[in-house]
This record gives sequence, structure tokens and C-alpha cells, in this order.
Amino acid sequence: MGTVPLQHLQDEAAWQLPSRGRVGMYALIVAETAVFTIFVVAYLYYLGRDQWGPTPKQVLELPIFNTVCLLSSSLFIWLAERAIEHDNVKRFSLWWGITFLLGAIFLAGTAREWYKLIVHDHLTVRTNLFGTTFYSLVGLHATHVIVGLFLLAVVLALALTGRIGQKHSERIQVLALYWHFVDAVWVVVFTVVYVVGR
Amino acid sequence: MATPTIPIPDHVEGAFDETQPPKFRGTYLEKVHGWVVTVDHKKIGLMYISYALIFLLVAGAEALAIRVQLARPENTAISPLVYNRIFTMHGTTMVFLVGMPILFGFGNYLIPLMIGARDMAFPRLNAFSFWISAFAGILLYYSFIGGLGLSGTGTAPDVGWFAYAPLTEKPFSPGHTVDYWAVSLLANGIGSIGTAINIIATIFSMRCKGMTLFRMPLLPWVYLTMSGLVLVAIGPLTAAQVMLLVDRYLGGHFFDTQMGGSSILWAHFFWIFGHPEVYILVLPAFAFANEIIPVFSRKAIFGYPAMVAATVGIGFISLGVWAHHMFTIGMTSFGNAFFTLSTMLVSIPTGIKTFNWLATLWGGKIRFTTAMLFSVGFLFQWLIAGLTGIMLSVSAWDWQLHNSYFVVAHFHYVLVGGILFMIFAAIYYWFPKMTGRMLNERLGKWHFWLMLVGFHLTFDLMHVPGVLGMPRQIYTYQADRGWTVWNEFISLGGFIQGAAVLVLVYNMVHSYFRGAVAGPDPWDGWTLEWSTASPPPDYNFAVEPVVASRRPLWDLKHPEDPDSAVE
Repeated sequence: MGTVPLQHLQDEAAWQLPSRGRVGMYALIVAETAVFTIFVVAYLYYLGRDQWGPTPKQVLELPIFNTVCLLSSSLFIWLAERAIEHDNVKRFSLWWGITFLLGAIFLAGTAREWYKLIVHDHLTVRTNLFGTTFYSLVGLHATHVIVGLFLLAVVLALALTGRIGQKHSERIQVLALYWHFVDAVWVVVFTVVYVVGR
Repeated sequence: MATPTIPIPDHVEGAFDETQPPKFRGTYLEKVHGWVVTVDHKKIGLMYISYALIFLLVAGAEALAIRVQLARPENTAISPLVYNRIFTMHGTTMVFLVGMPILFGFGNYLIPLMIGARDMAFPRLNAFSFWISAFAGILLYYSFIGGLGLSGTGTAPDVGWFAYAPLTEKPFSPGHTVDYWAVSLLANGIGSIGTAINIIATIFSMRCKGMTLFRMPLLPWVYLTMSGLVLVAIGPLTAAQVMLLVDRYLGGHFFDTQMGGSSILWAHFFWIFGHPEVYILVLPAFAFANEIIPVFSRKAIFGYPAMVAATVGIGFISLGVWAHHMFTIGMTSFGNAFFTLSTMLVSIPTGIKTFNWLATLWGGKIRFTTAMLFSVGFLFQWLIAGLTGIMLSVSAWDWQLHNSYFVVAHFHYVLVGGILFMIFAAIYYWFPKMTGRMLNERLGKWHFWLMLVGFHLTFDLMHVPGVLGMPRQIYTYQADRGWTVWNEFISLGGFIQGAAVLVLVYNMVHSYFRGAVAGPDPWDGWTLEWSTASPPPDYNFAVEPVVASRRPLWDLKHPEDPDSAVE
């Protein structure tokens, strides 16, 4: 048996590669960003080109409370990530539960907003370009919130039944990455729809 | 500190892992079940490739139907309605159901083997991506039966593969044909994004010990770039399909021109996807050339770092060229100048690649196997495809020739002369690894020469009626146009190519059962896939490999002169 010396690998233990979950989630986020970009471009492109109302100025209200809820949920999910890293399942469940609750409040807020727009302001997808682009963009984001809430709920159920531990820390962080992304997208949607577009 | 070593046996043959997989004994049903539920990257890769080859035959038959119709002036071989469906399905099928899956199939099969991994990063995501793509293909073809949504009146999408708005809107395309098209591409896009995520995660997180990014074979590098492009390019297509469906099902107005919607926006969204898509398809062809040309020139690839840089460069530049498909739609002179120049810019990294391949051939001890013949054909044809591309990138020239058969000839030079030729080369090169049997070289030569003659007859001549003014997608033409003779020969060439593909099909079936046994390393290759049995066992490598250079097998075979000593 001959041997070939490996000249560049001094220490085998030093062979560290990034976590595949993290890389995969980052890749998914890139793809999702491309999708959202197109919807944002469409929203901005059609802004103010409606042939008749209602226009954003007439019917949209700043969803401040909603925004605070969703954005602060990012903080709580971060606290949950830290808790599970230190194997504190109780605290993890608490922070995780609050995150879920805040997300659910955001979704309920969106539902109320849509109810008002549809029933009182008679704005639907069919009404005008604003209706089409608004419901598509905000709806796309809300869809992501729903998916996120579903995933959060699954983890919460697992945590409450005692099936989550420190060894799941990395997976929790990957999932949290998705939730952070959903929050970050809301910053863009909020700016485009409620600040610039109004 | 002890220097880590890899043990190698005394003689080279023993260097290969010759562990035999256990003989599978089971009923046919169990076998089928095994394939359906598999998460093995090799089986999924083979399913991708088989699926794509079946659709290649289908879409090839559609191409021949088009050529029959155009062979004679004022021909009525098929009705205008069917003609529109056929060219739409031909284009959509070739891009989404042949090009992408076959390239993903090779990527799936080869990347883990080349980087010394035992599977992809997410095996179940891999299976999901395949099956949703397969569903998309079946859905698209189901439209032939269910397209109109009425009993007994089957039909298929007839809006062209780029499906310009507002033709796709409800008033102009009633029934469900466009819905099949949109949902199918949506599903296919989800599959593509899933596989792209998988490839990226595999390459970043699953490499074997010692396989740094700059020791990877070029194929994974190219697939990494291609997958990045899939991520950013398929998203816009998906978004545009969702918008189209919102318009058609919920009464939205994205592309509804009567309500202020913009058909130009669709064109932008489609081509923001559509042009990177060209590179998504052609980059894997480059990847095959990067592996095949060095092995049959008996030289390491020339300019590895330049190749990596050129690949990534093409990826970035290709994101900024889309509107060269839209010169005739009307843009500002700034827009025209920008997209002309950015398009020309792509030719720089592409030129670097071409010169590096030529430099690899230069002074090499070239072996003209069928795989190498196809590669050399690719080099030559890819150059011409690139040159007509530069001609068309000049907006003023494009105004003259846009939507003519010159453009059709140009992009078929890319897709057939470039990509399909390299896919054939890849089939001849890796078929022994995938099945354990060699493809017949004599039949291979027949395949190559028939394909070469047929290709040039069809697509060289196709430039001419384009310059003479023959528009693409037309149903027929008058005899006094002067296009007749050209079209006759173009159609003849099409049938020669059809015959060539049938030779390949026969060769594959015949060799699968009767071919010479390949052994682990029939080509004297250098990358890790040749170090394991053919076909590889489920676990790929009995011992996880450790590498010290770009050509680990060269190091094993030539311990007196290993690459790792000079790297």
C-alpha cells in the first residue's frame, strides 16, 4: 500500500462547511425576493394610472399597529432562538408563542382592512388597476405570513408536547430566517403601498 | 502534526471502488414502486433525463409537423389552428420539458458524484421537484384533451411560447388553453427553483474533505452559477404567471389594455426570465464541454480560474440584457444603446471560454470518440450562433430582422447546434457511468454525421429566408416569394436530424442490453465519478473520498506526478 500525502489539508477537523439548511433557506429567500420584486415593480408601474377610483389616497389607512406587531415579532423570534440555543424550552415556548400571536394579529388586521376595502369602499381585484395590484402584492405577502404561521404553529405544538430541544436549534434558526424575511418584505410593502403610493 | 494520507493500492485498477451493489430481486411492481418513492439523486437524475428524452421525441415530432407544413408554398398539411398549437407546444416543450429537465437530470446525477458526496443536500426536496415538474409536463399535454373544457373539443395553447399579452387575456383566449399553459409553467417553475436550491446547498455544504471551491471540477461551478440564475430568473416568470392567472380568473387588469394594463410589462417580465433562461440552458452545455474536452485531449482544462470567472461573469451580465428581445416594441434611444452594449458584453466572457477550450485542444492528444466529435461540432456551431447573436444585438440590424426566420435560425443554432450537441456528447460520455454499458461507437458516428449534416442543412439555410423577409410563426407563404427552395431543403434537413435522433434511440436501447461492459472508468477520466462502480452503488462511495487537487483520479493514477504537488 502506497500513500499520497495531502499537502493542503493539515487538520481534518478544520473541514467545516456551511449548514445546508441555512444555505437552502438563503437560496429560497433569493428566489422569493425575485418574485416580490416583480410584484413591487408592477405596483409602482401602475401607480396613478387608474381610469377611475377608488385611489390609494381615498381608501388606504396607515396600518401602524399592524406594522408594529409584525416587526416586533422578529424581536421575539430572535429571543426564542436564543432561548433554545441555551436549552431553555419553557422560555422558548413563551417567546415562540408570542411571535405566533403577533403574526396572527397582523393577519387579522389585514383581514379587517380588506373587509373595509371590499364592503365599504367597494374596491376589489376587478375594480381598477389599484385593486388588482394592491390585492396581489399585499395578498402575496399575507400568503407568506399564513405559511409562516402554519410553520410556527407546528413548532409550537411540538415544543408544548416536549419534542423540541437544543439539538433542534439550527432548524429553528433556519425557520426563523424565513420569518425574518417575511417581516423584511413587509417593510418594503409598507413603504411602497402605504408611504410612497399614498 | 501527522500528515493525513489517503491509502492507495499498489496498482491503479485497485484504486477504484469496485464494491458491487446487492443484486435487486423483486417483482416489476416492486421495481416501479422503488423508482416512484426513491429519493436517490442518481435515480431522480435518470428519471429527469428519461422524462426529457421522451418529450424531446414529442417536441421533435412537432417540429417535423411544422416543417411538413412549410415545405411547400400554400400548403395545407395541417390546419392554421393546429399549426399555432404545434409551434407553441414545440417551443414550450423544448424549453421547459426538455432543456431544463435534462440539464437538471445530469446535474442531479453528476454533482454529488463529482464532489464526493453521497446524495444531494435535500433528497426529499429533490424528489418533490422532479415529480412536480413531471406533473407540469403531463398537465401541459393534457390540454390536448381538456383544453377547451368542453367534451369532445380538445385543444392546446396556441399563443406562442412567449405568450404575449393581451392575446392571452380572457376575451382573446377563451376556454382553458392558456390556463393549462400558465399553471403548467408555474408548477414547472416551482420544481426548477426547488432543484436550484438543492444544487446550491449541495455544492456549498456537501463537498468531500479537501474539495475546496477552487478544487471543484468545473461542472459543479457552472451548475452553481446556473442555479443562481434559476433563482433570480424563474421568480419573475412565476410572478408573471400568477398575474396572468389573476387576470384570467379573478378579473384583474395587469395585462388588460382596456383597463390601463400594459402588454409591454408582460414582455418585460417574460424576457427578464427569458434571456437568463437562455444562459440557464447553455451553461450546462458549457459544463459538459469543460469535462469532456480535457479528457479527450488528455490535458487539464486550460485556464481554470478564467473559466470560473467567465462563467460567473456570464451569469451576471445575462441578467441585464433582456430587452434586446424588445427592440421593435419601441424603447428610448438610451434603452436601445444600453441593451445593445450589454448584449455585446456577454460575448467577452463567452469568448474567453471558447479560447480556453481551443487552448485545451491545442497540442493535446485528441481522441475522436463520439462524445468528442459532438463537442468539436459544438465549438464550431456555438461560435456561429454567437456571431449571429452579435449581429442581432445591434438594435438597428434587429429592426430589420426581428421576428424573421433569421432569428429562428440564430436561436436554433444556440439551442440545437450548441446545447443539444453537448447534451448528445454528455449522453455518450456518461451513459457508461449511468448504465454500466458503453454506447455503440459505430452507431454513434452515424448519429453524429447524420445530425451534423441535417443540422447544417436546416439551420444554415434557414438564415436565408429570414433575410429575404420570411416572418416566424407564419402558417404558409405564396410561391412567388422566392422562399420555396430554401424551405424544401430546410425541411429535408429536419428529417435527417429526425433520423439521427432515431439512431440514438436505437443505440441507447440496444446498448443498454447488449453494449460492452464499461467498467468504472472507460475514458480514463480524472473526476471522482469515475472512481466508483458503473452504475454507482446507492451510497456512491464505499469510503468517503478525500481530495488534494482538481483531478483526484489523476493523482491516484500518477502518484509520481500528482497535480497536488504543483497546485
